[in-house]
Amino acid sequence: MRNIKTFIQDFGWPRIIIFLFLVGLFIMAPFVQVRLDASISDVLNRFGQNAIMVLAMVPMIQSGCGLNFGLALGLVSGLLGATLSLQLELHGMIGFLSAIVLAMPFSILFGWIYGKLLNRVKGEEMTIAMYVGFSFIMFMCIMWLVLPYDNPTMVWGYAGKGLRTTISVENYWLHVLNNFLAIKIGEFFIFPTGLLLFVALFAFFMWVFLRTKTGTAMTAVGSNPDFARASGVDVDKMRTISVIVSTFLGAVGIIVYEQSFGFIQLYTAPNAMVFPAVAAILIGGASINKASMVNVVVGTILFQGLLTMTPSVINSLLHTDMSEVIRIIVSNGMILYALTRKMKVSK
Amino acid sequence: MINGSSLLSIEHVSKDFYGNIVLHDVSFDLHEGEILGLVGENGAGKTTLMHILFSMPVIAETGGFQGSIKIEGTEVHFESPFDALDAGLGMVHQEFSLIPGFTTTENIVLNREPMRPTVLNDVFGDRMSVLLRDKMRERAEKAINKLGVNLDPDMLVSEMPVGHKQFTEIAREIDREQTRILILDEPTAVLTESEAEVLLQTLKRLASEGIGIIFISHRLQEVLSIADRIVVLRDGHLVKDTPNQNINLRDVASWMVGRTIAGEEDRYQLRSFVDIALNVRNLWVDMPGETVRDVSFDVHKGEIFGIGGLAGQGKLGIPNGIMGLFPAGGEVLLDGKPVPLNNPAMALAMGMGFVSEDRRGVGLLLDESLEWNIAFTALQIHNQCLKRMLAGLFTQRDEKAMEELCQEYVKLLDIKCTSTKQKAKELSGGNQQKICLAKAFAIKPQLLFVSEPTRGIDVGAKKLVLDALHHYNRDFGTTIVMVSSELIELRSICDRIAIVDEGRIAGILPPTADISEFGLLMSGAAMEEAVNA
Repeated sequence: MRNIKTFIQDFGWPRIIIFLFLVGLFIMAPFVQVRLDASISDVLNRFGQNAIMVLAMVPMIQSGCGLNFGLALGLVSGLLGATLSLQLELHGMIGFLSAIVLAMPFSILFGWIYGKLLNRVKGEEMTIAMYVGFSFIMFMCIMWLVLPYDNPTMVWGYAGKGLRTTISVENYWLHVLNNFLAIKIGEFFIFPTGLLLFVALFAFFMWVFLRTKTGTAMTAVGSNPDFARASGVDVDKMRTISVIVSTFLGAVGIIVYEQSFGFIQLYTAPNAMVFPAVAAILIGGASINKASMVNVVVGTILFQGLLTMTPSVINSLLHTDMSEVIRIIVSNGMILYALTRKMKVSK
Repeated sequence: MINGSSLLSIEHVSKDFYGNIVLHDVSFDLHEGEILGLVGENGAGKTTLMHILFSMPVIAETGGFQGSIKIEGTEVHFESPFDALDAGLGMVHQEFSLIPGFTTTENIVLNREPMRPTVLNDVFGDRMSVLLRDKMRERAEKAINKLGVNLDPDMLVSEMPVGHKQFTEIAREIDREQTRILILDEPTAVLTESEAEVLLQTLKRLASEGIGIIFISHRLQEVLSIADRIVVLRDGHLVKDTPNQNINLRDVASWMVGRTIAGEEDRYQLRSFVDIALNVRNLWVDMPGETVRDVSFDVHKGEIFGIGGLAGQGKLGIPNGIMGLFPAGGEVLLDGKPVPLNNPAMALAMGMGFVSEDRRGVGLLLDESLEWNIAFTALQIHNQCLKRMLAGLFTQRDEKAMEELCQEYVKLLDIKCTSTKQKAKELSGGNQQKICLAKAFAIKPQLLFVSEPTRGIDVGAKKLVLDALHHYNRDFGTTIVMVSSELIELRSICDRIAIVDEGRIAGILPPTADISEFGLLMSGAAMEEAVNA
């Protein structure tokens, strides 16, 4: 009994409720003619699509910069990398990897500037980050029109310039990860081996990184910046590094998402990616200054599972589209819940 | 000088905070027109006594007090500070409680302004009354004249020199007609010498008009120059209540700090040293509340050097400045090599360690394990507990080595914990302090700064911490600079003790020196006077 109690306390009620709800949805699925194998396949796929963006939250949480509401900077770097790789007509795995490599300098530059900014607003990082994200997306709305891209698959047909809002990657690197070593069982179940391996690889990199000297210093900065400073750690530098790593992971995350989803979404689309990533890591049990790989995996599965299952199951049940409403309630509710728990961190 | 009847009587007042006795059976009287000098070290109970007089909420919250307080012979029970004000007590605080954007006049008559009712009063009550500006000014001027100082009634408080702010506060208290007892808590602390002189003259004038004054100060000379009677508190006991006749600084100083602890003397074992480990020349440190202005001293190799002094005088600023935690300037040499200031990593790498006085704020990672707390600094500075991977391409924490290191110190310092994976916040204060020491020991410093190592921990733990320092010094020859407000501790463990006063070193004494000499240095009396006294 005691064990169950401590387990519940550690795991947290919100997670348990969401988990039970998700299990309930899976149990109900066959009764409303939703195929279980297709659903599980879907959940796995969406987990892989989103996990790296959720992983991008970890370094900034660990270094005490809070939740990365400015993830949009990373996403935009990724979009730049992706569009550039299309512009250069790079196909297949090469195209996908080159998109990541091309995104890297942008993410480092944006991350560095963003990190410098956050160092000036210590204590208010999350609010500032949100506005940095919003305004940068708006700035890029202009840039997408102005930048001299000329690949016909990307630009508006009638003007011959300015990027479209959605660009298909079908002829370039669609599903390069999803199809890599994919295992197909039956008609509806596909196990996206390559995608999940890629996610696991990045999660492993992050795990290793947090255990290096730099990663250790970063964690201490998040735990108590004064302690870290007294131990000879350059607090601002560690914070900047964490922001750069987070921004880069955001870039990788969106490229992985695009190769699976099939489209590059520009203009205001990145706005819709940030909050789900923040909510996912919080559902996974991270606080605003402690996060682990387990939080990332658990959170992404729960959150994406919910998003996959609610439309299919609830809609068949109620015959109305509730999915968007539930998504918004869950993601914003979770963020709200986590922020109210901020005080529980001991100082 | 003592004339008239007893204005205020404090009778058998005792007070404890959760079993920790801070005042023990204190009784004294204040007479009409008398200036009573109340002196004592930090923590002697002066502030608590004043809180009791004004029945501050903190007293009631912690279980009230024993004994009684009488004003003009009748016992009083104040419900709140406002009752105390109504009964004729006035208080001038160390920190100014003035509104910066208001003028002198407005501050003096604040909340007691003469008002004229308007028609709106019928509906909205007093809040709609009109202030009578000329009456206000008149009253302010009267109060200022009574003080005998030159204050502009229309000047904004924010534009005033500090001395004028202090006078404005006093004027506010005497503007209250019923004020008969005035309490001043360290009123001269922020004043220049000439301003302090004017203030003292003013107080004498007020006393001659029949107001009883309690003057709290650690500047003993001032107390001696104006008080009619001197009351000395030490560790919550009233140790002396004597008229100010034929007593000198040295007497008061020794009453103030004079404690003898059995067995204390055994620890003295005067050692002599030759080599210099640390030279500090003209150090200044901008640490809020602990400003260091101009400090020069040498520390010998292998000695335990003590730095004492009252709170706020700058003793804490010295280690914090040298270790680079607060902006500092001047020259610091470690074994003849210059130490770059404002660079904590370099200070640590050069072989200096620091145990901060702010244990929970700076000393510990409360949410991390003991292993992290102890090994972290060593890991960052000396690459200890790190494994090189892939031919040195990147590093990994060696958790096993961290655990071993932690185990070693848990055993060495006898740290009480359930496991080395326990979080630092779960330990008691004394054990947390030992973790801080272990963290500093783990980097194997040649020179260790220890700041307030026994603050906020119980008596038994204090002894263990001091013993740990003592052994570490003897066994490894580590030079230790210990900063503490507890003079007994410094005297029990140090080879030499410097006393800091107003951001400067007032003097360096051997631990065997007479206690009164320490008291004199702490009280701002210059060295020469101490010698001549």
